[in-house]
Amino acid sequence: MAALAADVGTDYLTSENTVRSWLLTRDHKRIGLLFFASITFFFFIGGIAATLIRLHLATPSGLLQPSIYNRVFTMHGIVMVWFFLIPSIPTTLGNFVLPLMIGAHDLAFPRINLASWYVFNLSGLVLLYALIMGGADAGWTFYPPFSTLYSDGYILVAALAVFVNGFSTIMTALNFVVTTHRLRAPGMTWMRLPLFVWAIYSVSLLMLLATPVLAMVLLLVAAERFLQVGLFDPTHGGDPILFQHIFWFYSHPAVYIMIVPAMGVVSELVTCFARRPIFGYTGMAYALMAIAILSFFVWAHHMFVAGISIYSAVVFSLMTFFVAVPSAIKVFNWTATLHKGSISFDAPFLYALGFVLLFTIGGVTGLMVATLGLDIDLHDTYFVIAHFHYIMVGGTVSAFFGGLHYWWPKITGRLYPELWARFAALLTFVGFNLTFFPQFILGYLGMPRRYYTYAPEWQPWNLLSSAGASILAVAYLLPLGYLAWSMLRGERAGPNPWRATGLEWQTSSPPPTYNFARTPAVTTAPYAYNPENGSYVAQDGTVHA
Amino acid sequence: MQGWLPFWPRTAAVSGEVVNALYIAELGICVLIVLTVVGLMLRFCLVYRRGSSASRANLVAKTWQWEISWTVATLVLFLFAFVWGAVVYIWLYDPPSGELQIYVVGKQWMWKMEHPGGQREIDALHVPVNTTVRLVLASQDVIHSFFVPAFRIKRDVVPGTLETIWFKATKAGTYRIECTQLCGVQHANMTGEVTVMEPAAFGRWLKQQGVHESLAQQGEAVFREHGCSGCHSTASTVHAPLMNGLYGSLVHLQDGSSRVADERYLRDCILLPRTFTVAGYPPVMPDFSGQLSEDDLVKLIAYIKSLAK
Repeated sequence: MAALAADVGTDYLTSENTVRSWLLTRDHKRIGLLFFASITFFFFIGGIAATLIRLHLATPSGLLQPSIYNRVFTMHGIVMVWFFLIPSIPTTLGNFVLPLMIGAHDLAFPRINLASWYVFNLSGLVLLYALIMGGADAGWTFYPPFSTLYSDGYILVAALAVFVNGFSTIMTALNFVVTTHRLRAPGMTWMRLPLFVWAIYSVSLLMLLATPVLAMVLLLVAAERFLQVGLFDPTHGGDPILFQHIFWFYSHPAVYIMIVPAMGVVSELVTCFARRPIFGYTGMAYALMAIAILSFFVWAHHMFVAGISIYSAVVFSLMTFFVAVPSAIKVFNWTATLHKGSISFDAPFLYALGFVLLFTIGGVTGLMVATLGLDIDLHDTYFVIAHFHYIMVGGTVSAFFGGLHYWWPKITGRLYPELWARFAALLTFVGFNLTFFPQFILGYLGMPRRYYTYAPEWQPWNLLSSAGASILAVAYLLPLGYLAWSMLRGERAGPNPWRATGLEWQTSSPPPTYNFARTPAVTTAPYAYNPENGSYVAQDGTVHA
Repeated sequence: MQGWLPFWPRTAAVSGEVVNALYIAELGICVLIVLTVVGLMLRFCLVYRRGSSASRANLVAKTWQWEISWTVATLVLFLFAFVWGAVVYIWLYDPPSGELQIYVVGKQWMWKMEHPGGQREIDALHVPVNTTVRLVLASQDVIHSFFVPAFRIKRDVVPGTLETIWFKATKAGTYRIECTQLCGVQHANMTGEVTVMEPAAFGRWLKQQGVHESLAQQGEAVFREHGCSGCHSTASTVHAPLMNGLYGSLVHLQDGSSRVADERYLRDCILLPRTFTVAGYPPVMPDFSGQLSEDDLVKLIAYIKSLAK
């Protein structure tokens, strides 16, 4: 171990400390932190919008003007999807950890990595401009002809922000794909890759293939709105359904872009804190790839009531059930990994447990909306809102926090306060369920999404949801406080506080600028934990009693 | 309306009963899956917590046997739900001939209903109980979606085409209509009520509306005003298809394809005649797209339909 770690005082955080050295850095670890600052900022913008929505919906008569309300939920969707969820895990944890995990000294294209951050911020500025000018009001889905002919919001500016944002996604994805192919340390074969690397790799393929389609459809919206080309407008021979096909051809894979990295994080956490090899490694790796591929063939399940043919509805419903199978395999394998483990309930593991539970609920309700006969009733109601928040917030955000706590000692070199963190993890779980479970019931009762007002008899459920949201807000703010505190005052972590097997734990914390004192050689599969006596074999072959 | 404890959904239509049975079955499957996962997770967390005395020897080596069995098990459950759901969907999408057909036009932000007798309603729909009702949906502007939660029916109302849905109400009463596709500032107020009445009461209600012209008769007036009758009549010298007996027949088009002359076809022909030129006729009909409101189109279609008999 000592051979891979570097001398104290040469770590990436303190090696150079000018503003310029941060803004022009090519170090994947520093760029990961830059991205962390950006997405945290946007998480707060999106979070403020969410808070406004829940405040507004606490009473049927509401708080905001209807036109303002439409702009608030549109901004919430756009910010959370493209400026938080999609970049969240890949650009921060992925950027920081992936090269370390495979024994590389950096990503394949360090300058492109930095450029990606600048492009991301540029797109963020465009979005903020749209927000300050008055916002867009067509929902994050931009459905025409409303978005192209009838909306009076800043649709084109918002669409431009998303368009530019896509280039950042593509640059980062390209970097991960090439890095995984070309920069693995000697002995790091594909079947020895940690599952987090598999997850980031498959999600990068999705990003590369899907994002250009989004760019295309946004350009078509601009062409119709700005140049009055009849693409989606039926009075000029266009077809509004055409937009939905192209949009969801991107946006369904995008759902998996948001959840697959989270699956990777959770695989790392479950096996480390159960101190047991992951159950069915090969199946887990192939399931990730299966999800990535199948996710391209389910897009029209967003259109079951849009008047598509019965034949295509049946085929897309069947494909949707198929894509649920690899997801189910993952849930069962995480559960089975606990069997005969030696489990300790540290904060990252609590987040991971929360993930598996909430993801399972989000998954089975996904089956309900995939069922044709039920989707007729549930489509565009709060049931769908609850379903995808269970996946995106209960799933992805929980995994993001879990991963952040897990790798925090590696990133900062210091331990976070464990009790506070466990409390925040539990509070997240409680607050989340209180916020979103009532929304399943609201949807079932028939409350449509995007309504600024609702029938008075639905108020109790809306109140519960708003109350839960306030708890959730506290649970998300807490880590900001104690993590910041731990950066200055936390206990020194040492290289490997979790006694984990990954290469990233075999170098010092925080790692040196070029990650390892020498290039590691990999001799074993990941997750060689022994639950009987707590010993483990790190991926560089060193045995630890 | 429903109390705030949703123990049992209130259904008021045949489709509601069918969909509810599916609901219960699938909720059962979902609860089963969640309980299995949660149960196992909690059990393992308890038994194999660090420091417990449970044996960790002989970790399961042949994982693939487990993996294949639970993959197959979930696949079978999933396919069961898929088939049931598809059967319900296909049944709902295939409208029976219908004893009563009502046209619904959605526009920002109201629903306008047109009865065959010429009666009109805004954001309200009166129908008789135990009668199969077909609704032909049209949109004047953006995409709306017509949703009656108590009947468990919903369909997007896409501009540029017509959609047909149906229901058979089983209980008299009033039920919510909602728009579920974001359609602008007053999207949340694009709501209404279906009033299901006993047939006798419905008959009285129709008479009370004081309408003397049926929808088809109103359509005949539109047919004359827009000059359609100038060509599409026996007296005309222009070689144009006649409307008598057209509705429901099979039409052969110039491009070699053929279509059944239903509402959607008639709408397409009126708006884009050059795209749907009938075989054997010169392509001389002017383009009416942008010149007729959805209201007028509905009336025209009702008139042409009345000539089928």
